[in-house]
Amino acid sequence: MKKLFTALTHRTPLGWLQLKHDLTRLLTAMSGIAFADILIFMQFGFLNALLSSNTLLHENLQADIVIMNTQALNWGELSTFPRRRLYQALDIPGIESADVLYVNSVQWKNPQTQQKTSVMVIGMNPDRSAFALPEITQKLNEIKLPDTVLFDRAARGEYEEAIAKTELGETVTAEIERRTVSIGGLFSMGASFAADAVIITSDQNFLRLMPKRQPGTVSLGLLKIEPGSDPVQVRAMLDAHLPDDVKTLTIEEFINNEKTYWATNRPIGVVFGFGAAIGFVVGVVIVYQILSTDVNAHIAEYATFKAMGYRNSYLLGVVFEEAIILAALGFFPGLGISIGLYALAQKATALPMLMTTTRAIGVLILTIVMCGISGAIATRRLQAADPADIF
Amino acid sequence: MMNKTPVIAVENLDHYFGQGQLRKQVLFGINLEIYAGEIVIMMGPSGSGKTTLLTLVSGLRSAQSGSLKMLGSELCGASQEQLVQARRHNGYIFQAHNLHQSLSALQNVQMGLEVHGTLTRSQMRQKATSILEEVGLGEYIEKYPDNLSGGQKQRVAIARALVAHPAIVLADEPTAALDSKSGRDVVTLMQKLAREQGCTILLVTHDNRILDVADRIVKMEDGRLTANSTVNAVA
Repeated sequence: MKKLFTALTHRTPLGWLQLKHDLTRLLTAMSGIAFADILIFMQFGFLNALLSSNTLLHENLQADIVIMNTQALNWGELSTFPRRRLYQALDIPGIESADVLYVNSVQWKNPQTQQKTSVMVIGMNPDRSAFALPEITQKLNEIKLPDTVLFDRAARGEYEEAIAKTELGETVTAEIERRTVSIGGLFSMGASFAADAVIITSDQNFLRLMPKRQPGTVSLGLLKIEPGSDPVQVRAMLDAHLPDDVKTLTIEEFINNEKTYWATNRPIGVVFGFGAAIGFVVGVVIVYQILSTDVNAHIAEYATFKAMGYRNSYLLGVVFEEAIILAALGFFPGLGISIGLYALAQKATALPMLMTTTRAIGVLILTIVMCGISGAIATRRLQAADPADIF
Repeated sequence: MMNKTPVIAVENLDHYFGQGQLRKQVLFGINLEIYAGEIVIMMGPSGSGKTTLLTLVSGLRSAQSGSLKMLGSELCGASQEQLVQARRHNGYIFQAHNLHQSLSALQNVQMGLEVHGTLTRSQMRQKATSILEEVGLGEYIEKYPDNLSGGQKQRVAIARALVAHPAIVLADEPTAALDSKSGRDVVTLMQKLAREQGCTILLVTHDNRILDVADRIVKMEDGRLTANSTVNAVA
């Protein structure tokens, strides 16, 4: 170990000197790697932003544990389960309350264009709001009125005029299943993959709008745990007590489930993963080009070193030294530019683009792997550095 | 005047290039002994096998049949690692200077010491500086090869080959790329340093103007040694 250390400190930093000597090549390599890193960062950034924007409903839920059908896939495909399960859950000591949430997607006549559009209707207990947003909790009395709903101001679609009218206090009406509903207020949530627009109303209104839906079949159960109870223990008792047709998830698990579902079961994860992979390949190709040109340019010198008694492993070391230096020099400008681009993209798309330490470290490791692969391919050229053949 | 055991002992050395049908013999039964402190010049027309013999002796190429002993160790059939060790015992001077463009004169010479891995950085720096002063490049130690003349570059190459005090110096037409004055200077320098360090020199050349530095001249033709004549020592 000591020997290795002395060897390293006594060593002429040949790779670095070589890179430094040709500044044009160094800058080309750096910008190539920075470019690849930016590609990777943007893909991951967009993927994560889209996935995060998709779990706003989950994040605002007023619950510690949720119950759903074992077959539930995501918020848009929750399926249903018997309301009895919620009463059963109340048997467990430590459960403070259990509330019903009805979720269903229907066609409504857009209040602005009168075109049929898909909308997600959420029915909840108007005495205990399922969502923490103040805009919703202040309007609970509105949704107790028959056929009155709250509408998402950040919905995707042509709703600007309807929203503006509502804000001015005018009554805006739409049509669901041949019933006229009026918009009693607005809240801000945002569209998701599951729904372009969300309307929230009371459980009674929900059942009126969906005459085919039995009150006893619910989409989601919202459980709150009494302060002071151990959530892990309560959860374990719930799982043991409830039959297998339902599953329980904490809010964090519910959020992660939703993200994992869209990232792995739908094209979005593949699309962005593919983009990131392209960035990686571009990086490998650029760094390989730079390194192999560099090895070619120094082939006579390398052969001379071999004639002087340097081993092949010494030259391999030089190529990998260059690869690692390039990875570090290219990564940091790439990271800096990506942070700037995240800010720009956030402004332009209203998606939450955040640079996390985990992602930065992950991409740094990817960059080192990328340069390592290029270095490994480039060292094949070293075979040509045979002093007996060159001179 | 000569030591009893030769530094380089070649016996019945044959060498072939190519494989199968294309196999061609280029060296035929070479016998040559070179003793410590000798300066031997090898002459001969192009394609006579001079450089091949030189690369075999220096361990750049592995010997196939016969016997080739350097400093007592057999190089015929030697492993890659044995060849690497053999290379470290000798200094090789090429026709082209082959200095590393990204390294200064000083760093290039230090590479000749670093391969042994025995000295500290400051010791290496000190040794490299003093040998560059000896070859008359004291003011140029921080210069890069691009900023040196052909003669100066070849002198840096000589400093690099000699800095680690090799037992044997092998030179392949070191004056070929130089004008007569620089060529003369380079050879005189090699002779002077070799005498000081007591090393043996085997020099391949076409250049008639530098034959006077030799203790002995061997001639090669068509892969055979044809003449082996001792000249009067100049020094």
